[in-house]
Amino acid sequence: MNDTLILIVSGVIAGSCPVLFAALGETLSEKAGVINLSLDGCLLLSALSAFAASYQTSSLMIGFLAAMMTGALVSLFLGIMTLYFRVSQVALGFVLSLFCRDLAYFFGNAYNRLQGVEVGPLPIPFLSDLPVIGPSVFSHNIVVYLSFLLPCALWIYSDKTKAGLSMKSVGENPYAAYARGYNPRLIRLCHVIAGGILTGIGGAAFSLFLKAGWGRPQGCEGTGWIALALVIFGSWNMFRVALGCYIFSFLQIMGLLFQQWFSDVPAQVFQVAPFPLMIFSLVLVYFTNRFSETSVGRNQRKYRLFFLTARFLSKPAPSHLGKTFEP
Amino acid sequence: MIRLENIHKDYGSVKANDGVNLSVRPGSIHALLGENGAGKTTLMKILSGFIAKTSGRIFVCGNEVDISSPVKALKAGIGMMYQEPMDFPQMTVLDNLMAGRPSGFFISRKKALHDLDRFSSDLGFSFNPASNPASLTLGERQQLEMIRLLSLGVKVLILDEPTTGITDLQKDVLFFSLRRLAKLGHSIILVSHKMDDVTSLCDEATVMRQGKVSGHFSRPFSSQDLLQCMFPSGGDVDIADDYQPGDPFYFLDQVTASSSRVVLKPISLNFRQGEIVGLAGLEGSGQELLLRVAAGVSHIHTGAIRIGDTPLTARSMKAYQSSGVFFVPGSRMEEGLISGLTLSDHVALCRSGHTLFTRKRAVESQTSRFIENFFIKASPHSLVDSLSGGNQQKFLLSLLPDTPRILFLENPTRGLDHDATAAIWNILKTRVRHSGSAVVFSSSELDEILQVAHRVLVFSNGELMMDRLCHDLDPHDIGQAVSGIKQTKY
Ligand SMILES: Nc1ncnc2c1ncn2[C@@H]1O[C@H](COP(=O)(O)OP(=O)(O)OP(=O)(O)O)[C@@H](O)[C@H]1O
Ligand SMILES: [Mg+2]
Repeated sequence: MNDTLILIVSGVIAGSCPVLFAALGETLSEKAGVINLSLDGCLLLSALSAFAASYQTSSLMIGFLAAMMTGALVSLFLGIMTLYFRVSQVALGFVLSLFCRDLAYFFGNAYNRLQGVEVGPLPIPFLSDLPVIGPSVFSHNIVVYLSFLLPCALWIYSDKTKAGLSMKSVGENPYAAYARGYNPRLIRLCHVIAGGILTGIGGAAFSLFLKAGWGRPQGCEGTGWIALALVIFGSWNMFRVALGCYIFSFLQIMGLLFQQWFSDVPAQVFQVAPFPLMIFSLVLVYFTNRFSETSVGRNQRKYRLFFLTARFLSKPAPSHLGKTFEP
Repeated sequence: MIRLENIHKDYGSVKANDGVNLSVRPGSIHALLGENGAGKTTLMKILSGFIAKTSGRIFVCGNEVDISSPVKALKAGIGMMYQEPMDFPQMTVLDNLMAGRPSGFFISRKKALHDLDRFSSDLGFSFNPASNPASLTLGERQQLEMIRLLSLGVKVLILDEPTTGITDLQKDVLFFSLRRLAKLGHSIILVSHKMDDVTSLCDEATVMRQGKVSGHFSRPFSSQDLLQCMFPSGGDVDIADDYQPGDPFYFLDQVTASSSRVVLKPISLNFRQGEIVGLAGLEGSGQELLLRVAAGVSHIHTGAIRIGDTPLTARSMKAYQSSGVFFVPGSRMEEGLISGLTLSDHVALCRSGHTLFTRKRAVESQTSRFIENFFIKASPHSLVDSLSGGNQQKFLLSLLPDTPRILFLENPTRGLDHDATAAIWNILKTRVRHSGSAVVFSSSELDEILQVAHRVLVFSNGELMMDRLCHDLDPHDIGQAVSGIKQTKY
């Protein structure tokens, strides 16, 4: 029993790491008002860059740097085109996603099924000796630990710092932000790039430990789209987005376990199950919001708990999300 | 204190400002007047660095300054409150106050809270720092903006039409604080269309017309002189009136509804043909909600709505429109017009009927006709965004169908100048008289309601407090009803 528990918890924590990086990166970008739809392709491309760079140099550090560079470049391109040349964010992001995917497969042919370097675990002294918690929580690698801290760090950034405030203001109303002396386009660009860098780390996490190596498919395909959905599910709040990532990862692990337990059900059922379940939860969030909006004042007292949850879940999107700012 | 010399601003061939000179003394309240599209907002946006001037010079305290961005204007001590609120509706009041404020890497909410308290108590405002502007009234959002500008050390405060869309009570608070600020040595520039505001509050007044300064007045001045200078050709347009109410045809039966701000108590009403009904009340008292509910834009919880014998309860907007019910929202750029489309695009959208292709020629001539009838300063090809505030409002009203059965209008004359207001009401009244339709409107100004409405409904806290005909009405009764004391029905 304990073994299964350890398996699940440690699996959830490790498995959520790349989605966390990608989804939180996207949250940064969207809070500043830019939808970066290139997420999925960008993850794959940076997974390749990480693997290729670390394979050539046998240095993990360089692998991660290469992935971050890739993420930064892709989002820099998207940022400049949408912010300065007024290209539609949705159209460009979508095309860029497909383009990055094809690019990754094309350049990745040379690296198919090669044995590269992998990030090793770094158990935390003392803490990792604890029963159950030790092996499940404190025996991961450094990137996973970072993914723990990331939501907190980003929350402090967005809530407590001046730069975080400027990010929120350009996402809400860039005209008002401009009137207050900010440079909306530059601020947006910076956050899109920061989001891209985080996405790059997410991609590297795939090819350097979670699904180490390169192949076609690599195994991270589709994660980017899930990350995009998770940002909405988490309604642009760092902690809620992180929670969504853990739930998604949990669903995936359960899929694997169920596959072992019920071996007569086709394996595909469990592989794809997390996706419709995620869609279902998005719909649920939507209806909770709708319901709480239309019945305020009618049954407030009767369903108090429900309303509190609904209010917790319903945070509107940044007002200026996806729109172009024209001074 | 401030001197503007020979300011020009061209938008393509349109000369929005054409050689404007203006000087404002320290410690004075200076009014800037002029018809819709005269160039007032443009001039003020230049002074506050929001848009760049084509040519001209700006002096502050005798020194020429370069104001090419809002920050530079703030550095020079000039701050502007814009015609449409420029804030972050979903961020908290406190964060709104802090955005754009110089600070270290980490922000200090404590200091901002201190400033908020200090300036609010100085000026007689009150705020819940954790609420967000989306839940505040227009007046409160203005107050917040004022606090923000003052806390940044602004010496010259520009207010662009601050008294449209706020209640009389809020206006008193605003004027009180403005007088106080002027006494402390601040200069205030007030853009307004309301003569009463100007004559009661301002020390000096400058009138603009077609991008130029056409007159300058010092205290004491009369509104007659000012109007004469603003509209040299137009006399007083008088509003024709004859009230012959027909039969009731639009019924609300025990309707309840709620919005985030107010819960509407069960209410039963009917509207008659040929009737103009004004809805009054403090902001957020339920009159706005009733208007939206009756127009089918907001949902009702219980009760029924019908027109004649046709039930409309819970039907789609389309069903309402095809039975002749139309609604004009108050937030013109958010709900009324589509930013990025031209005037004729709008006409094509609203009027093309059930054809696959729009008939370009016909649409354009129709647009031109609207422009003429409603005195809009624009061409069919202008983008709606490029219209002045008042002209956007006029255009929105011009899109209404010719023969509606009932019109619901939210603050229909918000931001219109004196002549345009009269002209719009004349058009509406003519329609009411000829087609026997009804008009139901809300207005933040009691005067306007008393002047044009036949019947007035007063709301307080979600409840109908008074429902009376306007002739033989004692303004005192309205005051009582507004503050929540029920008046007997007629
Ligand atoms: N971005 C723009 N592009 C083109 N023309 C513009 C633009 N902004 C303003 N204009 C034109 O400049 C003129 C002056 O506009 P402005 O907004 O200053 O008028 P206003 O005096 O503030 O009027 P109102 O009382 O209706 O607000 C108008 O004719 C308007 O159509
Ligand atoms: Mg204006």
